[in-house]
Amino acid sequence: MSIGYYPGCTLKTKARNLEDSALACLRALGIEATELPRWNCCGAVFSLADDDLIHQVAPVRDLIRARDEGHDRLTTLCSMCYNTLARANLLMRDDEEKRKTLNLFMDEETDYAGEVEVQHYLDLLRTDVGWDKLRATVKKPLEGLRIAGYYGCTLVRPREITVAPTLFNDFLAALGAEVVDFPESTVCCSSYQILSAEGAALEASAKVLRGATTHKIDALAMSCPVCEYNLGKRQADVRAKFQDVGEIPTFYFTQLLAVALGLPLEDLGLKQNEKSSEELLRARNLIAAA
Amino acid sequence: MAIKVSLKTLRGPLARKVREMSGEDPNMCFQCGLCAGSCPMTGEMEIYTRKVMHMLQLGQADAVLAQRMAYLCASCHTCQVRCPRGIDIPKVVEALRLITLRAGENFLAPEAIPKDRLKEMPQAAIVAGLRKFTG
Repeated sequence: MSIGYYPGCTLKTKARNLEDSALACLRALGIEATELPRWNCCGAVFSLADDDLIHQVAPVRDLIRARDEGHDRLTTLCSMCYNTLARANLLMRDDEEKRKTLNLFMDEETDYAGEVEVQHYLDLLRTDVGWDKLRATVKKPLEGLRIAGYYGCTLVRPREITVAPTLFNDFLAALGAEVVDFPESTVCCSSYQILSAEGAALEASAKVLRGATTHKIDALAMSCPVCEYNLGKRQADVRAKFQDVGEIPTFYFTQLLAVALGLPLEDLGLKQNEKSSEELLRARNLIAAA
Repeated sequence: MAIKVSLKTLRGPLARKVREMSGEDPNMCFQCGLCAGSCPMTGEMEIYTRKVMHMLQLGQADAVLAQRMAYLCASCHTCQVRCPRGIDIPKVVEALRLITLRAGENFLAPEAIPKDRLKEMPQAAIVAGLRKFTG
């Protein structure tokens, strides 16, 4: 059966580099995932109130779109979208009363009961390519590059939707990198708090980056545009406030995958990253000199 | 400072409202403090989760709703996966936020976000923030 692809609002603009590199890699690996023809914003966060069902309509409609296209799986890149879609899916699967109410409310849609499986792209690589095959397909192993996977929150919490605990590590190992595991890999970057509590947000991001500094990590690989914003784009602000935080280039994991697969520069989208990311790859001869 | 504790305060309307909205019972908390110790956003909180649970247990409605801490929560769920009593703490904090938001009191005015930041921020952060901070 087929795989649907849900981009989410951020990937078409601010995180274009995540989408472009991801889709180029799917083509290179021979995996077909079709973007849903009609999708809406998933809401970014999963509604936590028991008496609130209206905010479940958005993610559920996206799942219905996937089902209507005949897909048995829906893959996504943004960790926040993954979290929201996966939890909404479990709600429709497990909560009979809420499923009934939501299906009755969405009277133009055919009833949905969680038939589609939500699978994050990293896990898709595990099941549909496999680490051994991926390792064999790598053209430019990320040798000598000390990289840590930054899982963040929404890929691993709550437990019901968590990806496998070593998923990122296994992925990076298959790319030939020197995989570093650091305790702050699942510590929150502060997410949307950068909007309203900048001080506390930068402090939270500092904890993550300080951990990366202490463990002498060359680069962080991540899967969420908000994490990339807090830890990448705003890293200069973090470092201005906290002198013990070193400069740590940040990448979307798909950009590293594209480098390892030897894909052309235009597929990497490095212009949207901080300068340090492209500089690191050039310094390690992983992309051609300028 | 004297706190009046009675069956009335323990089973008061706020505790009931929080239980209805979150499906969680604050009385399950035995004050171990693991949640507060795990929270990444303690930087600007006046009080942490543990104390809020205690206040809920004692029926201190006005004092709890006056706290800003609920709006500093990043919904990271670290407390939720670690709570030894299995309390879904993010749901309790969301209930506290919603009680105020549904009364028409927004925490953040979208106009207050600096325009240059708004231009560069990922949509996911803006959508998430407005979901959590406005009614």
